Amino acid sequence: MNCEVLNVSRKITVVMGVIGADVHAVGNRILQYAFEQEEIKVVNLGVMVTQEEFIKAALETDSDAIIMSSLYGHGEIDCRGLREKCEEAGLENILLYIGGNLVVGKTPFSEIEQKFKKMGFNRVYPPGTPPETGIKDLKKDLGVG
Amino acid sequence: MEGILLIDFGSTYTKVTAVDIDNESIMGTAKALTTVETDISEGLENALKILQSKTGKVEYNIKLACSSAAGGLRMTASGLVPELTSKAAKMAALSAGAKVIKVYSYELTLEDAEEIYSTKPDLFLLTGGTDGGNKKVLLHNAKVLAGIDLDFPVVMAGNKSVGLEVAGIIFESGKEVTVCSNVMPEFNELNFDPARNAIRNIFLRRIIKAKGLTRIQSLVEGIIMPTPKAVLNAAQYLSAGTKKEKGIGDILIVDVGGATTDVHSLSKGEPSIKGAILKGLREPFAKRTVEGDLGVRYSAPSLVEAVGVETVSEKAKMDTSRLEKYIELIKNPAQLLPDKNQDIKDIDYALACIAVKIAVKRHAGKIESRWTPAGVTFLQTGKDLTTISKIIGTGGPVINSKNAAGVLKEAVFDNGEPMCLKPKEPEFLLDEKYILYAMGLLCEFYPDTAVRIMKKNLKSIV
Repeated sequence: MNCEVLNVSRKITVVMGVIGADVHAVGNRILQYAFEQEEIKVVNLGVMVTQEEFIKAALETDSDAIIMSSLYGHGEIDCRGLREKCEEAGLENILLYIGGNLVVGKTPFSEIEQKFKKMGFNRVYPPGTPPETGIKDLKKDLGVG
Repeated sequence: MEGILLIDFGSTYTKVTAVDIDNESIMGTAKALTTVETDISEGLENALKILQSKTGKVEYNIKLACSSAAGGLRMTASGLVPELTSKAAKMAALSAGAKVIKVYSYELTLEDAEEIYSTKPDLFLLTGGTDGGNKKVLLHNAKVLAGIDLDFPVVMAGNKSVGLEVAGIIFESGKEVTVCSNVMPEFNELNFDPARNAIRNIFLRRIIKAKGLTRIQSLVEGIIMPTPKAVLNAAQYLSAGTKKEKGIGDILIVDVGGATTDVHSLSKGEPSIKGAILKGLREPFAKRTVEGDLGVRYSAPSLVEAVGVETVSEKAKMDTSRLEKYIELIKNPAQLLPDKNQDIKDIDYALACIAVKIAVKRHAGKIESRWTPAGVTFLQTGKDLTTISKIIGTGGPVINSKNAAGVLKEAVFDNGEPMCLKPKEPEFLLDEKYILYAMGLLCEFYPDTAVRIMKKNLKSIV
C-alpha cells in the first residue's frame, strides 16, 4: 500500500526546554511563543530538564532540533556528552542549539561558542539574542524558507 | 418488582448479585466455583441456586455479566520510548480492563516476535510516535507483527501519519486491524478513549467467542466488559457522580486478589506542594495499575520474595518455617482451604497488608527535592494522592479479613517514606457485599441508581 500521497507537509518540530538544575521559566515561554508564531511546532519540556528527557521527547516526536536554554552558568557541565547520547539514540542528524548565560564569569563569547561547538552544538547564542535569529538560523540549517 | 441480575465470571469464582431496582437495594449475593473447563453455565447455575435460597424466586428483567475467566483479556502492547508511548500504551490497556502480558519498546526483535507467538495474546495494542512524529518504529513493528504466524487482532493507536500504511501491512498478513486515534497524539498528552472503545468492541465481538464463553450468551444479555473494566467503571461513576446524583469526590480503590492486586485512583493528582514541578508522563484522572506479583494465593510466593520472609512472618506473628509451609499450601489455587483456620487468617492478613502497602506505593506519585542555585525545588512524578479523602477496600482478602481497616491503613501516607504521595487523612470504606463490579455493570443502564446503591452499601470502617 502506497501512502506517500497522504503525507501532508509537516511542520518543523523542535524540542525546547531549560537544561539542568535551572528554574528560569520566563525566557523559555517567550521563545516558545516566538517559534510558534513562525509556524514551528514546539514540544516544550519546561524547566529542570535532563539530557535524557530531551532525547526521549525528540525521539518520540521525530524533532528536527533540540533548543536549550541555560541561564545559571552551569550549562557546560549539563551539556557534556549530549551529542554522543543523541547518536547512541539514533538521532544522528538532529540539530542542537543552545543559548543563555552558558558559563560563570567573564569568558569572551567566542571562547564559549568554540567550547560548545566542540561539544557538538550547531548553534550557540550569547545572552540577549532575539528569538528571530534562532528561527532564521533554524530554517537555514534545515534548508527551508 | 424489577429484578436485575449481575454476574462476574471470575477466574476462580462466579459471583452473582441480585438488585431490586425499584427499592434500589441489593437483594442478595452468592458465589460458586467457575466451571470454565466444562461448561461455564454450570458454575452460574450453582451460584444462582445459592442466591435463590437467599432471595426467593425472582424474575430478572435484565442479566448482565463481566468476565475475567479463561485468563481475562490478555493483551500485549508496544510503543517507542519506555517512559512515553510504551507507558501510555500500558495505561490505555489497563484502563480497558486488560491483563497486560508485556509491553515492548523500540523496534521489535526476532526474539520479541517469538515471545509474542508463544504467549498468544488475545489482542495487540500497537503504538509509537506522536502524531507527525516518529514513523520508523511503528512501520518496523507492523512488519514484525505481520510476520507472526498467529491470528490475533491488532489495534493501531500510534502516529496517525502512518496509520493507513500500518493497517495495510497488518491486513495483508490476514490479521484483523483497527486504526484509531493515537494514545499520545501530542507529546505528553494522553488520549485513551478511542483505543479503549476499539478494545471493548473486539472483546465483545471476538474474544468472548474465542474463549468459548458464548454458550452462556443465551442465558444472559451478554458479557459486556472485562471485570476490571466494570470495577473502574463503578469507581468513575462513584467519584464523579451523574447529572442527578452527586459523586463522592476523589477516591482510591484497592482490590486485593489471589493472583494480583489492583489499585484505582480517581483524582487529578496535581501537586499539593506549592511550586512543585511536574516531571514525566502526565497520568489520567482514572488510573488503574495491576501488580501481578502481589496476591494472597497464587502470587503468595512472589509477594514473600518481594519483601523477604522475615517481614511477612513479623506481620503474621508466626515463625518463618511454619509460614513457609503454609505458603506452599496456599499457592495452589485449586486447594480448598478451611475458612476457620486461625493461622491462615493471620497469614492472609499479613499478605493483604503487604500487598496493599507495595501496590499503593507503586501506584502513587513520588516527590523529590533538588537543590538548585535558586534554592530548593520539588519535582513530582506521577499523581499526588495526598488529598484523597476516601480509600475503598474490595476483593476477598480485604473484605473477609480479620482486620480490614488494618489492611487499608497500609495505603496511607507514611512519615517514614515522605517522598511517596499516598493519601494523608483518608476515611476507609469497605465493599462488604462485593458489589463494585456489579454496580459498574448497572451503571451502563441505571447510573443514578448504581451511584445511590454504592453510597448506601459501602460501609465506613475504622
